[in-house]
Amino acid sequence: METKNKIRVLIAKPGLDGHDKGAKIVALALRDAGYEVIYSGLHQTLDQIMQTAIQEAVDVIGLSIMSGAHLPICEKLINMMKEQGLFDVYLTVGGVIPHQDIPRLKEMGVAEVFPGGTSFEGITTGMNKLFK
Amino acid sequence: MGVAKYIKDERGAIKEVIYQSGIKVKPAYGPEDLEKAGFTYEKDLGAPGEYPFTRSLHPQSYRSRAWTTRQYTGFGTPEETNERFKLMIANGQNGLNVAFDLPTQMGYDSDHPLAEGEVGRVGMAIDSLKDFETAFAGIPLDRIGSGLTINAVATIMMAMYQAVAEKLGYSKTQISTTPQNDILKEMIGRGAWIFPVEHGVRLVGDSIEYAVKELPKSNPVSLCGYHIRESGATPAQEIAYAFEIAKAYIDNVTQRGIKPEDFVGRFSFNFNVYGNLWEQIAKFRAARKLWAKMLKNEYGVTEKKKLFLRGLFGGGGSGLTKEQPENNIMRGAYYALGAALSGAQTTALCSFDEAYTIPTPRSALLSLRTLEMLMDEVGLRDTVDPLAGSYFIESLTLEMEEKILEEMKEVQKWGGMVKSISNGFIQRKVSRQAYEFEKGLQSGEYKKVGLNPESKDAMAEKTDVELHEYNEEWAIKSKANLKELRATRNDKEVTSSLKALEKAAKGSDNVMPHLVKCCHAYATVGEMAGVFRDAFGEWDEPEFY
Repeated sequence: METKNKIRVLIAKPGLDGHDKGAKIVALALRDAGYEVIYSGLHQTLDQIMQTAIQEAVDVIGLSIMSGAHLPICEKLINMMKEQGLFDVYLTVGGVIPHQDIPRLKEMGVAEVFPGGTSFEGITTGMNKLFK
Repeated sequence: MGVAKYIKDERGAIKEVIYQSGIKVKPAYGPEDLEKAGFTYEKDLGAPGEYPFTRSLHPQSYRSRAWTTRQYTGFGTPEETNERFKLMIANGQNGLNVAFDLPTQMGYDSDHPLAEGEVGRVGMAIDSLKDFETAFAGIPLDRIGSGLTINAVATIMMAMYQAVAEKLGYSKTQISTTPQNDILKEMIGRGAWIFPVEHGVRLVGDSIEYAVKELPKSNPVSLCGYHIRESGATPAQEIAYAFEIAKAYIDNVTQRGIKPEDFVGRFSFNFNVYGNLWEQIAKFRAARKLWAKMLKNEYGVTEKKKLFLRGLFGGGGSGLTKEQPENNIMRGAYYALGAALSGAQTTALCSFDEAYTIPTPRSALLSLRTLEMLMDEVGLRDTVDPLAGSYFIESLTLEMEEKILEEMKEVQKWGGMVKSISNGFIQRKVSRQAYEFEKGLQSGEYKKVGLNPESKDAMAEKTDVELHEYNEEWAIKSKANLKELRATRNDKEVTSSLKALEKAAKGSDNVMPHLVKCCHAYATVGEMAGVFRDAFGEWDEPEFY
């Protein structure tokens, strides 16, 4: 990592889905890779996620979504981030994401997409790229 | 997730095999291994159908009756689910295993803001008794038993099942339901919890007490090692944690002056089948034996049938891969073979497309056919516990027993399951393990066909899977139904039944009879769960690292 201070990442689970193994192991992997990781806990509303992101002054919000609702959730959060002036915070998303949805997510402003099966190395490489 | 660690020499020969539970496997086993372990037939196995039931719960096992198949089903509105239920029953399935959508599992109505985008997505949307009337129309509830995959609000769904049966002309003594109702495992994995630990356990206790008194054929709790395993636990921990959770529920109910003998026979279990074949078989055999021994020695249970570890051994979700999805068809068949060799009473199999979404009718039927092949074509009904007496299997079963006991002792050392979950010990341990397994898988230390570089296939990557699709119409329909319900039901009855429920929830009365009344009055799931939310508050999840 090229920045001196640790990059702060909020790993967040929006919505009602409670399958948090993926979110937790990615949190552990990022921590081992030198990031400062904050985990939101389960059943978070987008408002709660925004609040934590602002309070914790994070550099990245990493959403974990398994339910299939990634398109509407990301769109909403991107708008909220713009409204709140979080222009220098990146949004990334991982989980059960079909490949055909990746271009649409990028178009709406998602910085990186990590569909299930992405290796830890793939995730850290993608994240590091954002801060070069 | 990987299955076992294989350490090889420079020529590729296997030097060492270590199972996830920590058991090292020798290159060969013989009579000396059993002798060294002090193995005796009477003590460690017993005849099929005899204590400690290592071999089988019943003397004839599959000869007298093939396993019960219960594919996990439910999506969209109650109409769609009812159709799928009928399809599965018409195709020979003899029990239901009902899936609910997330808003229902979390106690929210379809018109709640948090339900947006989730109505009917991963299971059927249930708001009130009206929906159950549609879902179970034409299903013979006196013959077909129903597993209800719901936990935080299991009491509500159990009451609703009784209410729908009564509405459809059956009595509560005729029906058989098995709500999952294992809130402690939700707190370790799967995450569909709402209320704080002690209130969650109290609700489980209420449902057990009620079933003992009012629902003679229902099984109020299905203890799910399954999801604990999916979250990163080893096979030994899967069993150990489920047993320690069972002890927490037993303690709650015995405090009400009910003897274990009077209710433990109603417990059932849900265990996972993915992983190393031999380790799974040893796990199930050891589990049957340990459960019977524990109930007999620690809880003074004497009646034979009440010592049975009954349950569903199946699923295997975490073993499936998104890569090369058709491989999952074969993979599932091997998992099912393990379940059959273990004498599973009831089974279900994850469908090959479940790494993507819930199954299509075609893939759900493929799973059912896979299970039928084992019973009808391959020969698994021929004789009871065909692996008994194998030097390897019996040695492994004994070692598995030791490992399970070790894991249980650790939980006891931490102060029991309620405490271990409240302060996050178990969650941290299991998440850490999941991370280590995943690292091992990515580094190639654990092998998984279709994931490791040598089995990656550029063609297969492009395979299209026909997927079950989410339909936005379901939410619109559910919301419209709900609106109509709220306009047409008897508000007075709703209010008074909810008031009575509130009083019971805040006091110590059993909530179940009140819930049945609320259901009959067409109170909604969100309203009933709302009463609990007000009375109990919500759980504050401990830090996981």
